[in-house]
Amino acid sequence: MLEFMEGSHAVAEIVKRCRPQVIAAYPITPQTHIVEDLAQMVANCEIDAEYITVESEFSALSACLGASAAGSRVYSATTSQGLALMFEVCFNAAGMRQPIVMTIANRSLGAPLSIWNDQQDSISLRDSGWLQFYAEDNQEAADLHMIAYKVCEDHDILLPAFVCFDGFILTHTYEPVALPSQEEVDAYLPAFSPYQRLDAADPLSLGMYATPEYYMEFRYEVDRAMQRAKQAFIKAGREFGERFGRDYSGLVEGYRLEDADTALVAMGSICGTAKDAIDEMREHGRKVGLLNIRVFRPFPAQEIADALKDVSTVAVLDKNISLGNGGAVGIEVKTALYGSGISVYDYIIALGGRDVRKRDIVAVVDLAEKGEGDIFYGLRTEVL
Amino acid sequence: MAEVEQGCELFSAGHRACGGCGPALAARLLLKATGKNVIIAAATGCMEVFSTPYPETAWGVPWIHSLFENPAAVASGIEAALKRQGRTEKVVCIGGDGSTLDIGVLCISGAFERGHDITYICYDNEAYMNTGIQRSGATPYGASTTTSPVGACSLGNPRPKKDMPAILAAHGAPYVATASIAYPNDFMKKVERAINTPGPCYIQVHTPCCTGWGFEAGETLNMAKLAIETGLWVNYEMVDGVVEKAKKVSRKPVEEYLQKQKRFRHLFKPARRDDVIAQIQAIADANAERFGIDIKRKESSE
Repeated sequence: MLEFMEGSHAVAEIVKRCRPQVIAAYPITPQTHIVEDLAQMVANCEIDAEYITVESEFSALSACLGASAAGSRVYSATTSQGLALMFEVCFNAAGMRQPIVMTIANRSLGAPLSIWNDQQDSISLRDSGWLQFYAEDNQEAADLHMIAYKVCEDHDILLPAFVCFDGFILTHTYEPVALPSQEEVDAYLPAFSPYQRLDAADPLSLGMYATPEYYMEFRYEVDRAMQRAKQAFIKAGREFGERFGRDYSGLVEGYRLEDADTALVAMGSICGTAKDAIDEMREHGRKVGLLNIRVFRPFPAQEIADALKDVSTVAVLDKNISLGNGGAVGIEVKTALYGSGISVYDYIIALGGRDVRKRDIVAVVDLAEKGEGDIFYGLRTEVL
Repeated sequence: MAEVEQGCELFSAGHRACGGCGPALAARLLLKATGKNVIIAAATGCMEVFSTPYPETAWGVPWIHSLFENPAAVASGIEAALKRQGRTEKVVCIGGDGSTLDIGVLCISGAFERGHDITYICYDNEAYMNTGIQRSGATPYGASTTTSPVGACSLGNPRPKKDMPAILAAHGAPYVATASIAYPNDFMKKVERAINTPGPCYIQVHTPCCTGWGFEAGETLNMAKLAIETGLWVNYEMVDGVVEKAKKVSRKPVEEYLQKQKRFRHLFKPARRDDVIAQIQAIADANAERFGIDIKRKESSE
């Protein structure tokens, strides 16, 4: 049954059904509605969890790490500056192989201060060892949390994950969402079974220091787990589809790519706008399609190359910038398509919440087909 | 203490600490006091590095190290998880003075304000020893360190020690204490009391560092004892913010403590700095006044 609800509320409702035992979060716009909803659920005894009202995002993730190491399923949510403050803990939690699931309500990073959406925050943590999933709409945002727990807690994976959805554009937007029942979620996502835990009955040391003789192997193991996470995601996404009728077995998802000459590549809510723009362009005979990157870490390079093998031009929409070297998604898509002969152009777009309309998508396709790319799209003219 | 069998150490020998390491002794005493039913959340620092070089560990109890500044936050999560799981282990943080008084204050303040049932042990060796003897908020006035060195216009560390016990008592901590490895039974009794007191408790244990302070490795306990005997370190307990049971001493002049350590050598050579020694004596006098530690002539000595 579809219910009309705010994106943040949909996420909170699904997190509740995932039964985290410890929640630690610090309020930051535009993540607040999620953690407020969860706090109310705890206050109402609707959810059997400890809710730690930490004094900072740094402690939010540190507390999650401790609770996870002690054998509890954990949850947090943050964005932007909060995620930046967690930087050190992010690398640490992944290196310590704790299956923490954290929602990222994607937002830009200062300076200048901006509370509005882009994807700079999570993209900037791309090397940290966290799986990164990007939702196109609120249904997907909710669903990806269930998949995330299943993939992260798989004993062959044991990595943390960001479930990313665009701040305000999704978090504060009402959409129809189908929420599975508690019983359905329980059937899909069993109770947390930690691989190991801090336990006086079976002492172990976690987070020891490693000399040069050992350090590299730990990093290799994390990377191997990242690679295995592709198949784990596909499996979990397929099972989700079988149970709930919404298939997430693709690390990437194509839209009208079958005979496309030009493909847009994007992540998150901008894909919805792009699909509408593509439908209109198709009506005018333009062979344009879209590739939505749902899983950014591990990066699905082969899946992208396969999906785009028949197009001649690719336009990547990057809601982030690796300052000094263009958009991060563009850089990685170019790497994935290296040697293919496909022209790949990158467009830095929608930073700091700048709106993107269908006409902007059409304009990007026009530019790409003219061979003009690797630019900021839509800048105010006074800086040019 | 009773549950630990004689001769059975939960903190094993064979770790990589310097000979004469004060913190290593504190760790051993700590686990004698806690027994096995404990989970340790450790900060980055000397103790973490010398006790857990992968694949070896000195810890016979569950132990986790995440980062330099976050053991109190990690412990908050552990405590919450144990509560939810209905488990009984005590949660104990261990951090050095740099982690505790400087970089970790935010996390500690948060954990204490929230009232987690944890015990935080700060092993205070009065500088960042793991990185090579840099000054911290716990470095005493006048001590020369690699970042508060003596020079033509410097007499060493320009500030007195930060009063972390008072800061945590001000958070409403039910039990705050100071201790010294020179008085092991006292330290262990305080640990027992802390872990059995509901809520966040704090113990700052004075752990001389022969390498960082510059004295012979065999003198560690004597140095800890001299700190007490001069009044530069005071062993006391604060229950609900009120000081109780400060250890009384027949005080010796501070220079008996200072002149035995290279970090204070500049106060005696090449020229004696009576002015600075007098300032340090004034710190000891103020401690004695504040905690009432001076043994009066008519009282019998302890």
